[in-house]
Amino acid sequence: MAALHFHNVTLGYDRHPAVHHLSGEVAPGALVAVIGPNGAGKSTLLRGIVGILKPLDGTIHLGGLDARDIAYLPQSAEIDRSFPISVFDFVGTGLWRGTGLFGGIGKAARDKILRAIGAVGLSGFENRPIGTLSGGQMQRVLFARVLLQDASLIVLDEPFNAIDAKTITDLLALVRRWHGEGRTVLAALHDMEMVRNHFTETLVLARGPVAWGPTAEVLTPENLLVAMRMCEAFDDSAAACAADDISSRAA
Amino acid sequence: MLYDALIGPFTEFEFMRRALAAVIALALAGAPIGVFLMLRRMSLVGDAMAHAILPGAAVGFLLSGLNLFAMTAGGLVAGFAVAILAGVVARSTGLKEDASLATFYLASLALGVTIVSIKGTNIDLLHVLFGNILAMDDQTLLVVAFNATVTLLVLAVIYRPLVIESVDPLFLRTVSRAGGPAHLAFLALVVINLVNGFQALGTLLAVGLMILPAGIARFWSRDLTAMICIAVTAAAVSGYAGLVLSFQTRVPSGPAIILVATVLYIVSVLFGRVGGIVRQLFPGRHLEA
Ligand SMILES: Nc1ncnc2c1ncn2[C@@H]1O[C@H](COP(=O)(O)OP(=O)(O)OP(=O)(O)O)[C@@H](O)[C@H]1O
Ligand SMILES: [Mg+2]
Repeated sequence: MAALHFHNVTLGYDRHPAVHHLSGEVAPGALVAVIGPNGAGKSTLLRGIVGILKPLDGTIHLGGLDARDIAYLPQSAEIDRSFPISVFDFVGTGLWRGTGLFGGIGKAARDKILRAIGAVGLSGFENRPIGTLSGGQMQRVLFARVLLQDASLIVLDEPFNAIDAKTITDLLALVRRWHGEGRTVLAALHDMEMVRNHFTETLVLARGPVAWGPTAEVLTPENLLVAMRMCEAFDDSAAACAADDISSRAA
Repeated sequence: MLYDALIGPFTEFEFMRRALAAVIALALAGAPIGVFLMLRRMSLVGDAMAHAILPGAAVGFLLSGLNLFAMTAGGLVAGFAVAILAGVVARSTGLKEDASLATFYLASLALGVTIVSIKGTNIDLLHVLFGNILAMDDQTLLVVAFNATVTLLVLAVIYRPLVIESVDPLFLRTVSRAGGPAHLAFLALVVINLVNGFQALGTLLAVGLMILPAGIARFWSRDLTAMICIAVTAAAVSGYAGLVLSFQTRVPSGPAIILVATVLYIVSVLFGRVGGIVRQLFPGRHLEA
């Protein structure tokens, strides 16, 4: 059973496709990098997977996963940083799946939260209001919450934005640990070196799939060149799409 | 002497005791709602809703005179209608909620004043606009207490999703569908508490006992739970002091309560621990680490 199955999926905004006719599947436990230039549709695809954007066409099967089994780290979170909530409580919301509306936070849960905060190197920040963190620290807090969500599908949209090199190493180790635990991980990334060294599978996007498969085979100069040539802007006078002809759009 | 001024009115007069009970019930339920309104940047939404309940209350008044039951029912219906309409319009069109509310409430206010003036006198209009907490009867007091209880119960149920929705709506949307219902339930609570405050303070000032204490609390704490406690205390203190002030002078009760709250607010702006002006001017020497 595939963890994720795309069936001729088109995702977009106001009828304009941002990801055009994508088909394929992600095996359970896969570690997939999604790459492509700005505007390629990486974030759009990830939004489609977590269910906050409905496909314009086609279907995405989650292979029996429910919204609670997915942890999502958006590219730019819409967080109200002025809200008076501490790092501890904020990270604790990752336990939502277990606690629901009323469940109390017991000793075991407290330990889990503290460990997640420690894992991203923020021990000592537990009682700080989230509004007082630096940009990179906030990103790490979000990572800690993902850690706590204990999800079988983890979707990361440029998770290492604004994070220093040492922390990236730590967080990458976390990603590898998730992979080792059999969780499916999808991450949108721009750092080719990182993709090559750490991700087993790669999807190259340019408003549609350019190539998809084992990283070593997919990450070729030719594929990247095709992706680079993509035209970023929507065509306002585009006609309704009749065929799956992506190559003409990418050229 | 001090006893006569501060406690005497309440031991001596039943209407003062009723007013005090009412104002404490209002503080307990309204202040937490106000804190959430403020944190969700919906303070003006609260104000707008306060106007929106007016036509409903006015229709109640038109049908049965100054009967608080009828006016409450009318206010609830009108408030819910506007809250839900505005919420639905905002959610389905992407228009900001406050913008869509502004339209609804201006219409409601005009309609409400028109309806009251068709039948009533100017005194009636004043009563509707500014309330009269000293004229509470048992029945009204029960309604106020009942609404406050309902508010606290519902707030307990929606507390967690409401907090998460306020901080990180996208996260709540990906893990649960509780966000929408929690938001609507919250709007409903806003309406219930406005109608509640409306008995005591009138349409125009009802929102004051919700928003001002929240504003005060913000200057004293960075923690949500503490903010709610401070807001409730500030509201109760304003209510009590306002009643005493109104009893000893000729200031009407509603405005007296809000004026006391305003004084507390000004003190907080000046001397508050979190971002108060004095604190900013004299921050003390910087720390070691
Ligand atoms: N909310 C939106 N409304 C309309 N168009 C959008 C919206 N969000 C994204 N787009 C468009 O969809 C296309 C794909 O955007 P997307 O955010 O998926 O790109 P991306 O691959 O994540 O790029 P980046 O590397 O810059 O994050 C872009 O052309 C963008 O302009
Ligand atoms: Mg993106």
